[in-house]
Amino acid sequence: MKPKTNLLIVEPSDIIRAGVEALLSDEQFSLLAPLRDYPADLPQRLARMQPDVLLINPTLIPSPTRLQLAALAQARPSMAVVALVYQYVEPQLLDSFKTVLDIREQGSHVAQRLRECCQPERDIVEENYELSDRETEVLLLVAQGCSSKEIADRLHISIHTVNTHRKNITHKTGIKSVAGLAVYAMLHNLIN
Amino acid sequence: MKYQPFTSHIKMADVIAANHSLLLVLPRLGIRLGFGEQSVKEVCDRYQLDVDFVLLIFNVYTFDNYLPDSSTFAATNLQPLVPYLQSSHQYYLNERLPHIKRHLLNVAASAGDRYGAILRQFFADYEKEVEDHFSFEEQHIFPLLKAAGDTDNLPQRRGRQAIPQSSHLAHNHSDLVDRLTDLTSIMLKYVPGDCLTEELNELVFGVMQLSSDLEKHALLEEKLLIPYIRQMLQHPMP
Repeated sequence: MKPKTNLLIVEPSDIIRAGVEALLSDEQFSLLAPLRDYPADLPQRLARMQPDVLLINPTLIPSPTRLQLAALAQARPSMAVVALVYQYVEPQLLDSFKTVLDIREQGSHVAQRLRECCQPERDIVEENYELSDRETEVLLLVAQGCSSKEIADRLHISIHTVNTHRKNITHKTGIKSVAGLAVYAMLHNLIN
Repeated sequence: MKYQPFTSHIKMADVIAANHSLLLVLPRLGIRLGFGEQSVKEVCDRYQLDVDFVLLIFNVYTFDNYLPDSSTFAATNLQPLVPYLQSSHQYYLNERLPHIKRHLLNVAASAGDRYGAILRQFFADYEKEVEDHFSFEEQHIFPLLKAAGDTDNLPQRRGRQAIPQSSHLAHNHSDLVDRLTDLTSIMLKYVPGDCLTEELNELVFGVMQLSSDLEKHALLEEKLLIPYIRQMLQHPMP
């Protein structure tokens, strides 16, 4: 039998928390003692509690959110961080989460959505932060200012594939902007 | 943070104690320290500031994703927003960027010729981008608010003003913030470890502080300024 998935909920509302817990009660989740607020030492606690999924209300995360999320990911790299949403949250902010769970979603879908996000897209333990040859090629073109469309034409691949490469490059390097990627390429002697 | 927004009768000193980063916001409103026991309302009266507007700024800077509800939004006079945003621009250009630059140049000088040159170039490009973006806003967006408040020549005005899309502005803003986040990543991951630690720390803290300030600044422009301009042009105040 597969080991249970450890789930940590960080949510101030008792009602919402109880609701989520009830939906997951007979599933293969093991619910860790939930938190009502975002403790300053959350990264350290994660290392202790070892959740596989962190279901968190994004409005609790102190600003700058992306850096906080990076600290959480560093404390527990294998954990999926899922946003629990029931009010308006900046879409840009939600991009930083593995997935978003809206409480208006059908109850029967909730467990499945959470299960899906703990299946790693790639084996995290062996995750390779080196860019592949193809990614390096894409990086060079991005750094030179080419658009995704231009890169797709140059490399004879679809725009969708280019965007996947770009996403992976950002994931591996931690760098998002074109200017930042150009610096990365220069620092790694990929371009002059 | 789960929020209970600040209200006008709270003591000003307590507000600042609750969120010390507001210390950096006060000069942009023209408020100086030394409040004694005065409430936010009393301090605002002393400086002839609109207390609802000042509270709006404090709340946006303090609570993640805080936006006024529609009745507060409709009741708040946002004309002071433009002078505030302008003085924020001045603050970023005249104080924060030079502060970051000073430390960046020291880090660059200790990082070897090649790394140093790359960092200096990245920052010079960034400064230029910020200046261009601010001057675009000051020339093309801020005047719209002034025009929107001018009720004299309403018929000619209606429908003719090209109001930039919030989404267009948001795209530029997120690039400005992303570049700062990238600079932090580069500093933490890829710059040689033998650089001046103190300088590097000052640089990273400076960049993070500017980055979170710019996020709030962008929020004010995208979620309040542009919608307010739209509202004013459709329903001008009597």
